[in-house]
Amino acid sequence: MNIQFRENQEAASPLTVKTAIADCDIHPARATRTELYPYLAKRWQHHLEVYGVHAYQGMMEGPPYPKAQPNASRRDAYPPEGGPQGSSLSFMQKQLLDPNNVQLGVLNPLNTGQGIRNHELAAALCSAINDWQIDKWTSKDKRLKASIVVGNEDGLSAAAEIRERAGDKNFVQVLLLSRNVEPLGQRRYWPIYQAAEEAGLPVGVHAFGFGGNPITPSGWPSYYIEEMVGHSQCQQSALASLVLEGVFERFPKLKMVMIEAGFGWAPSLAWRLDKVWQRLRSEVPHVKRPPSEYIREQVWWTTQPMEDPESREDLFDVINWIGWDRLLFATDYPHWDYDEPSRVLPAGVSEANREAFYLGNARALYGIG
Amino acid sequence: MARHVIAPVDELPPGTRKFLEIDGRPIAVFNIKGEYFGLMNRCPHQGASLCEGPLIGLAQSNNPGEIEYTKLGEIIRCPWHGWEFDIRTGQSYCDPRRFRVKAYPAHVEPGASVVKGPYVAETIAVSVESDYVVVEL
Ligand code: FES
Repeated sequence: MNIQFRENQEAASPLTVKTAIADCDIHPARATRTELYPYLAKRWQHHLEVYGVHAYQGMMEGPPYPKAQPNASRRDAYPPEGGPQGSSLSFMQKQLLDPNNVQLGVLNPLNTGQGIRNHELAAALCSAINDWQIDKWTSKDKRLKASIVVGNEDGLSAAAEIRERAGDKNFVQVLLLSRNVEPLGQRRYWPIYQAAEEAGLPVGVHAFGFGGNPITPSGWPSYYIEEMVGHSQCQQSALASLVLEGVFERFPKLKMVMIEAGFGWAPSLAWRLDKVWQRLRSEVPHVKRPPSEYIREQVWWTTQPMEDPESREDLFDVINWIGWDRLLFATDYPHWDYDEPSRVLPAGVSEANREAFYLGNARALYGIG
Repeated sequence: MARHVIAPVDELPPGTRKFLEIDGRPIAVFNIKGEYFGLMNRCPHQGASLCEGPLIGLAQSNNPGEIEYTKLGEIIRCPWHGWEFDIRTGQSYCDPRRFRVKAYPAHVEPGASVVKGPYVAETIAVSVESDYVVVEL
């Protein structure tokens, strides 16, 4: 983010590195294709070798659009020992955690078992990823905390996975993706919210997913750049669905984190929802309060990608509506749209808000002392 | 403006680049087809080591469907967010009004001239037989 051009780059760069921060969106990767096998029953190892993975999405391997850079990652993030970006703990420590003084790093693995048609396989893969997160990451570096990935399309097995991990301090949230078979407020997903609420774990909704639907509401676009902006549209329909299906009403202690889809759109979505709700509330009598109230009480937002308006006052207006206590700083390491901690927040933020933005909010939400 | 010896010419053949720190500033020097260019190795966007990125060309279009690809090997693409800069001038193609990378003139000087002058970088062993790449900053 780069609201005001700083003349003196040297003076600007090491601004916050000494202040401890939380990074609420880190993507750990597997070094090899078979790295999960030790956590998978023989049956599923054989299944993967013989049948592979059958996803809801048309393209079975990889994302629907080519990414800007290999593995959608920073080109300087290849570990020296080889393997894809994000696959080496020691290099992550050296490149991200140590120099930026990351005190809390939340792991959000992608390419898990989510969006797979065979629900037993999905559950087995998700569970394996969760074991792998402990073994390879959180048990080796106490700064790192994992997200419980669940077979999202099968609410019951997902809830079982959450209950099994509940109370395990290696995990701080449940992770869903924004593109699913149906909008996220629908009943098939309710067991996930119920289990998360019981466990006291926030549910993170990360941009992306393998739901099989076109990635924009008007069909498949031509360019990757359209997918990038489409993430906020998808997150908006997910959030509208959560509100209007009554998820927040039914699970009043549920906390949701919108990850990697921006937040500048939050006020306008809430205003629009409030307006139509006033006129059409009889259609959704289970939505008892203005939608904006649920959103402001039960939703948090990660910062990467930060909105980047020409005037920082516009950014501050949006944040003031959302609340300085609702933003969670994130880099999205090792992905190419990474945000550098010392450069994202323009000048003119009070010390208290700055501390909340970089660390305090995340510690409070994730219950890290 | 001081001149700094970077390397003997044969240590920086065409297509290669060299990273170094001069007076606390991270600098990269490129040899593009026998021409030398120096750039500040810090991206003005968010501070990445800019010159770790790939050298690409410049895709431009006046009309939809008509794409011109020029300046092949002369555009550095930042390893983080992919902003593009002309290594000849440091000019940004992303937001030319506000952003540029500092460019430093680089060229070759005969060994005899660098050894004679007061500009010899102490860390580099200088031998008069060779020509040297020199950067000015
Ligand atoms: S840091 Fe270079 S493009 Fe962002």
